[in-house]
Amino acid sequence: MIESMISAFAEITSGAHLLYLFGGVIMGLVVGIFPGLGGIVGLSLLLPFLYGMDPTSALAMLIGLVAIIPTSDTFTSVLMGIPGSSASQATVLDGFPLAKKGEAARALGAAFSASLYGGVIGAIVLTFFIVVARPVILLFTSAELFMLTILGLSMVGVLAGNCLSKGLLACGLGLMFGALGGAPATGEFRMSFDNAYLGDGLPLVVVGLAMFAVPEIIDLLRSGGAISKSAKLGSGWTQGFKDMWAYRWLCTRCAGIGCIIGALPGLGGSVVDWIAYGHVKQTAKDSSQFGKGDIRGVLAPESANNAKEGGGLIPTLLFAIPGSGSMAVFLGGMELIGLEPGPSMVDGKLNLTYVIIWSLALANVIGAGCCLLISKNVARLTTIKYVYLAPFMVMVICFAAFQATRDLGDLLVLFAVGLVGIMFKRFGWPRPAFLIGFVLADNSETYLYQAVQFYDWGFLLRPGVIIIFVLTVISIWFGARNAPTGETEMANENKPKPTNMKPQAYFAAFVVFLFTWGLIDGVQHSFLGAVYPVGICLVMLPIAMRLFYVTAKNRTEHAANYDYEVEGDHAGQEGVPGLVYYLTWLAGFIAAVMLVGFWLAITGFFLIFLRVHSDAGWTRIVTMITCGVGFITGLSWIMALNFPGGLLQYYFKLPWPLS
Amino acid sequence: MIRTSIFTLAAAGFVATTFGAPAPVAAQEVDFAGKRIEWVIPYGTGGGSNRWARFYVPWLQKALSGNPVVAVKNMPGASSTKGTNYFARRGTKDGLSILGTSGSTQFPFLLGDRRVKYNYADWEVILATPVGGVVYVNSSLGVKSVADMKKLQKAKLKFGSQGPTSLDLVPLLAFDILGLNVKPVFGMKGRGPSRLAFERGEVRIDYQTTPAFLKRVTPLVKKGIAIPLMTWGTLDENGKLVRDPTFSNLPHVGEVYKMMHGKAPKGPAWTAWKAFMAAGFPAQKMIFVKKGTPKNIVAAWRAAAAKAIAMPGFEAAKNQKLGKYEQATGKKAQALYKVATNVPPAAKKWVLDWLKTRYNKVP
Repeated sequence: MIESMISAFAEITSGAHLLYLFGGVIMGLVVGIFPGLGGIVGLSLLLPFLYGMDPTSALAMLIGLVAIIPTSDTFTSVLMGIPGSSASQATVLDGFPLAKKGEAARALGAAFSASLYGGVIGAIVLTFFIVVARPVILLFTSAELFMLTILGLSMVGVLAGNCLSKGLLACGLGLMFGALGGAPATGEFRMSFDNAYLGDGLPLVVVGLAMFAVPEIIDLLRSGGAISKSAKLGSGWTQGFKDMWAYRWLCTRCAGIGCIIGALPGLGGSVVDWIAYGHVKQTAKDSSQFGKGDIRGVLAPESANNAKEGGGLIPTLLFAIPGSGSMAVFLGGMELIGLEPGPSMVDGKLNLTYVIIWSLALANVIGAGCCLLISKNVARLTTIKYVYLAPFMVMVICFAAFQATRDLGDLLVLFAVGLVGIMFKRFGWPRPAFLIGFVLADNSETYLYQAVQFYDWGFLLRPGVIIIFVLTVISIWFGARNAPTGETEMANENKPKPTNMKPQAYFAAFVVFLFTWGLIDGVQHSFLGAVYPVGICLVMLPIAMRLFYVTAKNRTEHAANYDYEVEGDHAGQEGVPGLVYYLTWLAGFIAAVMLVGFWLAITGFFLIFLRVHSDAGWTRIVTMITCGVGFITGLSWIMALNFPGGLLQYYFKLPWPLS
Repeated sequence: MIRTSIFTLAAAGFVATTFGAPAPVAAQEVDFAGKRIEWVIPYGTGGGSNRWARFYVPWLQKALSGNPVVAVKNMPGASSTKGTNYFARRGTKDGLSILGTSGSTQFPFLLGDRRVKYNYADWEVILATPVGGVVYVNSSLGVKSVADMKKLQKAKLKFGSQGPTSLDLVPLLAFDILGLNVKPVFGMKGRGPSRLAFERGEVRIDYQTTPAFLKRVTPLVKKGIAIPLMTWGTLDENGKLVRDPTFSNLPHVGEVYKMMHGKAPKGPAWTAWKAFMAAGFPAQKMIFVKKGTPKNIVAAWRAAAAKAIAMPGFEAAKNQKLGKYEQATGKKAQALYKVATNVPPAAKKWVLDWLKTRYNKVP
């Protein structure tokens, strides 16, 4: 072991290795800063370079690229409320409010130093863990993995906000949306209207964008001004670094959590940031500021998601089972170079394994450093008037959503789920609870089914399952202790509570309708295909009906009573257009994409939107279009991507980029 | 200048189509210089089909005249029908868009899956890559080799599977024919997770395709955890089931049946199994261009495929990455393509009935 360490150390400190690592980081930074483009696009960019390179240099580039992606996606999460990838959805919760308060630079500084710290801690844990990891990981069978999904779901308690029934319903909706598509046990298509796109289930990236970015864009446009209310950047990144240091134990814990969960094959990395976020909320003494810009809400997920990549190396290297999208890319790259993952990675090739682990840590340091250096300038975006930024944002989130499966369906799902997101935001339904349900839906069902098949119900008595169950109880207890103050979508103390609850009742009725529909669809399937969604709907329906009853009866004193349209800062102000107004713009844009394709639609959208909403002259508008559309056109050209086509493209063959 | 050349081309085309004289076009040298070829792979970046395609890209680039860029376009979704439907609808007939299919693309087509909007008869095969499959069991079962099959028959076994209409149809039906007591557990996300379930001890019988077996299971065999049992075998020129050349020391399913029952297998179940095995493995992965592509371009593609597999260094690289199977081009590829995409109606009906009664599954 020591020998391997020494030879690995000599390897990574060699100039050539560092140079290639740096090259990979820069490449990953350029790709990763753009939401929706992650590892896969990065790999296709890197492929031509890798081919014919010597294995160690190629490996260095590859690691640089993989390491930076969960770091660079933080920019859009914090600055614009757009989760750049599934790894940074939880960062949005507090990062974006901080940016709105005018503390974008501080939030970014905290996020990047937490990334750096988490990455290094992860590497230290890995250095020792990898030697014994193989038997430990094999202990986690389907039964233990199922129990871990329950541990994850128990976080709903803390993410639920001030009204538990809304939290449970949000989580239930997430589980139901996640159950859409092919059933794990039978492959039956649930709730998918015989549609091939829906048959594959909803893509997480699109759902994340729809729940967080779409409502944010609409609200920002309505309130006018810039993202940063004070149009200031606030204290710089040094403050963020100090924040990280002040909470270094929290970051260490979250890095540990991230590393372990990332190391379990089959659970997937997307749940890590939510668990870290839930953890910090559970254990914080004062959790009243979460969701409104608590720096700890940024530190926890960011330190966890970088450590997760390190943990993700374990199943990738030892079992050739990639735990996340970026690890799948990494595995593909390894095979391309001619490196075979497997047990030999700790038996004969331990030095190589250490090169990989430490390079990842080093790449984290370099990457986070680069991000810190540019963060001050990038943060200036938040001081720009939002009307100018909005068309860019629409372009970016639509383009990002489209990268999920490269199907027009991505945009339609973005819009449809976006509507749900808008309603969630308006009526104070906790979106994190929805996301955690959505992320865990497929895993919880698959592993429950498999555990019962493999071990019968006796799986509940397996020692590992019992240990995780005890942890779950402890987690719920911690959460319950803090529950009364933990509000995700907080009421505004300066404004009166809504007196007319009719809109809330309509939405509650809609939720009742959704669960009823899930139930009706469910019972048409075979037992194994139906039991999970039907079970969820049966539990959720009474809660939803009760909420409907409370809202329909106009019980204004009930904890559920919340309406952003009454309590939000913009309420009662002159000249604020209604919710529907900007929604129509978005709908119009998506309809235009369906008609004439993305490229023409976005050009038209820029033109008309800026003409109507800003006082910019024609020269300025044309310049902005050229920059915006030119940028994604260039990006797509380099990466050989097509734009979503519409009816026009269906009937006529057009040259790129119109095609 | 440009105008005249376009005019000449158009005139040539006119002559060719009107008078049925392909000679002037066929004589034309096909040159792909500066072109970009889009290769649709209806699978994601993590799987075997992607690896297969990426393995072939540099060889094809070298073999095609003019050394064009061959860009792989991964389009996963809807059990590979999404990307394949895309090719069927949007693929061009100029040799610049090609398709790579796998057994999991053939099966939905053969079983009449509703999502299939493509027809293999509309395409011309350029190359076919055979793959084998190896069944292995956990050594804790006390089975040392295929000679202990009787012991295995008594054991209750579980098998991790993606679903009965996937390529797993071949192992599931084989287990039935051999009379093994195997209960499939579905919901596996691929062969990789099934192997992991084997390593955890959750399942004690599993199969992997040749490349995956060579890379991932061989270490387990060396450690004494896994015992390789049999292969699916492969088809010779006469369509007879013979041993897999990569694992010539392992018997194929037919031999195992004979060992157990003293006679060679026959009957509708066996015929159906052989038909679907032939559809799934001996021509598992194929490259296609669309029918209606000018003959000289199809010929250029076929010549390039033949040239690629004859290049120095190809054989060694292929043996390492894809197994010791002879890559089929030209007539051979066409023969394999016919077998893989034309399952006899009786076999199809038998399998559909079996899926319905055994798994309550209608594709």
